[in-house]
Amino acid sequence: MSQNLPPDVALKVDDLSIVYRTDRGEVKATANVSFALRSGEAMALIGESGSGKTTISLALIRKLPKNALITSGQILYQRNQEVQDVLKLNSRQLREFRWNECAMVFQGAQNAFNPVLKIRKQFEDTAQSHGWRDKAAVRERALSLLQLVRLDPERVYDAYPHELSGGMKQRALLALGVLLSPQVVILDEPTTALDILTQRAIIDVLNDMRRQLDFSIIFISHDLSLAAEMADHVATVYAGEIVELGGVNDVFYQSLHPYTQGLLTSVPTLEHTQDLLQSIPGSPPNLITPPVGCKFHPRCAFADDVCMEDSPPLAVDVGGHLAACWHKDRLIESRKARV
Amino acid sequence: MSSPIIELKHVYRSFKSGREIVPVLQDINIAVKRLEFLCLVGESGCGKTTTGKIICGLLPPSAGVVDFEGAEIASLRGENYRRFRRSVQIIHQDPYASLNPTQTVSEMLSYPLRRHKLAPNRRGVLQRVRELLDLVDLTPVEDFIDKYPHQLSGGQRQRVSIARALTTEPSVIVADECVSMVDVSIRIGLLQMMMDLRARLDVTIVFITHDLALAKYFAWDGRIGVMYLGRLVEIGPTQEIIRNPQHPYTKVLLSAIPEPDPEKTRSKQHIQLRSEDIPRLTELPPGCSFHPRCPWYVRDICDRETPELSIPLNAVNDVEVACLPLQQGRELELHDA
Repeated sequence: MSQNLPPDVALKVDDLSIVYRTDRGEVKATANVSFALRSGEAMALIGESGSGKTTISLALIRKLPKNALITSGQILYQRNQEVQDVLKLNSRQLREFRWNECAMVFQGAQNAFNPVLKIRKQFEDTAQSHGWRDKAAVRERALSLLQLVRLDPERVYDAYPHELSGGMKQRALLALGVLLSPQVVILDEPTTALDILTQRAIIDVLNDMRRQLDFSIIFISHDLSLAAEMADHVATVYAGEIVELGGVNDVFYQSLHPYTQGLLTSVPTLEHTQDLLQSIPGSPPNLITPPVGCKFHPRCAFADDVCMEDSPPLAVDVGGHLAACWHKDRLIESRKARV
Repeated sequence: MSSPIIELKHVYRSFKSGREIVPVLQDINIAVKRLEFLCLVGESGCGKTTTGKIICGLLPPSAGVVDFEGAEIASLRGENYRRFRRSVQIIHQDPYASLNPTQTVSEMLSYPLRRHKLAPNRRGVLQRVRELLDLVDLTPVEDFIDKYPHQLSGGQRQRVSIARALTTEPSVIVADECVSMVDVSIRIGLLQMMMDLRARLDVTIVFITHDLALAKYFAWDGRIGVMYLGRLVEIGPTQEIIRNPQHPYTKVLLSAIPEPDPEKTRSKQHIQLRSEDIPRLTELPPGCSFHPRCPWYVRDICDRETPELSIPLNAVNDVEVACLPLQQGRELELHDA
């Protein structure tokens, strides 16, 4: 294939739009999404329920539900300077691509394992269906990964899923996710529904794994704290669009989009002083008939006539800090005024 | 000091699960003060929801006594019992499950009014329903009064739940994880509305959550009680607990929570547990149930005797903890993980 990508980009999504066809009409779940993931980095897709963040991630491994239709865009994947368009892969290539190149760890580790098969069998099946024949080698690799996620490898490898706690299952699932050394790992809400101390263990394990195994992460979460802790880059997703994209410090300390800013002022911290918190008024829009212009305008304090007519663009520029907002200057001014 | 509005004295509660008996609550003592904001925090399975249900009278304790305004709930009869039921209301966690899908908002809110004869006639009931919707900011009222739950968003449903809890003009509301299923961007608004109502309507709130940051924000002038495996391990004024946590479990918990601030959260010191495995409620370790995981564990003390809540020796504030070494005034020494 002829596309060229900068050598350090592992995955590049261009102008991706996805609709779900339903009886009530077309749900515009993802609209003109573009971003790039560099190898070795962790990127967080932050958004509320129904914002379309899971849809984006499912598209990356072509696992969208049957009623989904990709209406525009391409997803370019690069490894060893070879570029593939994920949306054009045939079923054999797709099989190669999934898990070997790009693995997904789904939300709710509780249900991701087959309850009637031992963990060992599930590792072996995964390896076998991707062409590994040597069970001893699989075992060796699996045990070292289970060790890496701080589990007792021998015990867990021969256990049934019900013998493991929620946190242990989640960690075993992370180990299974990287079994085939994928370059990109997608984590869907990796810590949601886990207890605080278990969450902490998962975060620590993920950081260890990244240091040792060298893969890129895309993780999807509604939890800003998790993004603050783990991400190199953050993309804020609202109503199916990426509205802000930038380095983690830029997004958290100098956000350029009123929605991101609103999210940040609606989460309490553990500081020893009282926070000044404020909700974003209104609620997320219906994606069958989304608002015209900027989709955030009905909830935005800065909205004016321009916002109601024209949708603000978000240019692609690897490494920059971008926001789809007509009034970044006013947002920055207002933040200065508050401090 | 005024007498507590609700008091749990040595409350135990267990459930049968197959042939096993699961002790979900053990020796819980809480005095809920009139008009206070009390937060119960803890991880899943610590017994906070069960405690909430016992406070509301939705579950009887297996042992121990629950008093409402000084009288034991189990002994209340007739009008006294009905008054207790009117006075203590609960808001459940999941607004998708706690509202009847076949009833309109108006039907849901008028039922308790008619049941407890809180309005003189049909017109009075309707009038009151409109007032309630107005209180929870579901306005214009006409847009909501005849809606079914499926026509409302999660946040709107939770507002209906709050309005329903307010129908009987309660003096105590137990809010059980009432915003955990609501989107982040509207959570704070919902809770701020509750705080506002609390001040206007003189309600005592028992707020149950797993989110310590949220507890800190809303119970800033109130109290936090930290629960672990069916026991209360620390209780005291919120600001003390956040600034200067005493119990090892509270310390570990506060150190583990990620913060929505990249620099702060990445430079935070995390206290390592000795073990990440949470004991099962049916196989609780002897002594303090946190001792197998506690980084400050003292051999031959923590694994022998079960600590009760009290203010430790040489304490600098009035926070009660259930930790024997602390109560004995020892300097705690951190074990290496």
